[in-house]
Amino acid sequence: MAFAGINWFKYSSPATFYPLAGKMMPWFAGLAAVLTVIGLYMSFFVAPTDYKQGEAYRIMFIHVPAAWMSMFIYVVMAVYAAMGLIFNTRLSAMMASSLAPTGALFTFLALWTGALWGKPMWGTWWVWDARLTTELILLFLYIGFMSLEAAIDDPRRATRASGLLAIVGVVNVPIIYFSVEWWNTLHQGASISLDKAPSMATIMLASMLVMTLAFWMYTIAMVLYRVRCEILERERHSEWVVALMEERK
Amino acid sequence: MLFIVAGVTGIGIAATLILNAFNSNMVFFFSPSQVVAKEAPQERSFRLGGLVTEGSVEREDDGLTVHFTVTDNQHTIPVVFTGILPDLFREGEGVVAQGRLGDDGVFHAEEVLAKHDETYMPPEVAEALEKAEKAKQSSNSDIQNAPAGAGGSI
Amino acid sequence: MSEFFAMGGYGLYVWGSYGVTALVIVAEIVWVVQRRKVLLKRLARMSRLTKG
Repeated sequence: MAFAGINWFKYSSPATFYPLAGKMMPWFAGLAAVLTVIGLYMSFFVAPTDYKQGEAYRIMFIHVPAAWMSMFIYVVMAVYAAMGLIFNTRLSAMMASSLAPTGALFTFLALWTGALWGKPMWGTWWVWDARLTTELILLFLYIGFMSLEAAIDDPRRATRASGLLAIVGVVNVPIIYFSVEWWNTLHQGASISLDKAPSMATIMLASMLVMTLAFWMYTIAMVLYRVRCEILERERHSEWVVALMEERK
Repeated sequence: MLFIVAGVTGIGIAATLILNAFNSNMVFFFSPSQVVAKEAPQERSFRLGGLVTEGSVEREDDGLTVHFTVTDNQHTIPVVFTGILPDLFREGEGVVAQGRLGDDGVFHAEEVLAKHDETYMPPEVAEALEKAEKAKQSSNSDIQNAPAGAGGSI
Repeated sequence: MSEFFAMGGYGLYVWGSYGVTALVIVAEIVWVVQRRKVLLKRLARMSRLTKG
């Protein structure tokens, strides 16, 4: 997550991060809710009909943000997993575990909305072209990460194995992104890229970016909430958690 | 530890195999030029991709059989298809047809998919662009077959 | 109004996308809240057991 500017090492202890995450969570959740309302309003009432695809193109306002998040979350997850393996910081592994379910959710949504968009526009729910296939592999990577972690009883080994999978799997992300350039695909190229002007009307682009921001804030809120559970679970024998539980009584 | 190493190695091998498969098989479609150059499979079914040539679409009386040609502005392949076309199937737009090439040189399609580009805009803007394109074309009439302002790319 | 829901004939696809997205997100929220509840209960029981 974009916590740039925060001194990571100070907060990399689960005991200090737990209350901090608890304080930040509601703000991100609130932002996510507000942005979702604005984004949905723009997507349906402000953004005009598309000249070619009519109203069906409105699926784009969740399809593209979900697909972006699915790739972005995976990269962040792999970075945390790598940090966990290299520096042996407990919190990084917990962050990676907390990111995976939401990443899998956005991957599923990208595939689902893609199928519902492909059927009326392309004429098919699914094709085995490079873009669709690599996105499906991304879903399997998320599922593999989560099941590997759940399947191994020893938590340290579980973290190491799933972390390695996350790191190896990261090669898939650039392949997804560039698949539409490297191979002939049914999927169209990117409308938004760094080296050219967006091939999309400004208001459509704005709606899509607001929805992306909403998903982003949702992800942060969700991950903060989940990492708190993760911390309590893995640190349940530590003094501060025991003391916290005493307090709660 | 051995278990982990084995697992990761397995994943690595799987990934390599998948990537390899992509490089040899993930040519989702062949362009008319590739078909003319005999790069496309002769005996089995393959996908033909390109643009539907302007003015080439003809429907038979049964209302289901359609004749059109697919072009990449270099070569053109005639296609015949019986069935329901996707909503975005239009002249001048991208198309990917699955089928096989007959001895008559006609591509007999079993499935036709529309391929659209990444351009999105309101109809008024598209209209204005088209008008501007037309004005430009009539002023330099020596430039023939200039691509339409929006769309048309594959 | 009904015209809005028809989405120019693509209603099934558009609402199918937005509907499932909403459903999945709500499900995830319910899931994590449930997880925390169950976890806190378990930890509270643990703490009662150890401290008598």
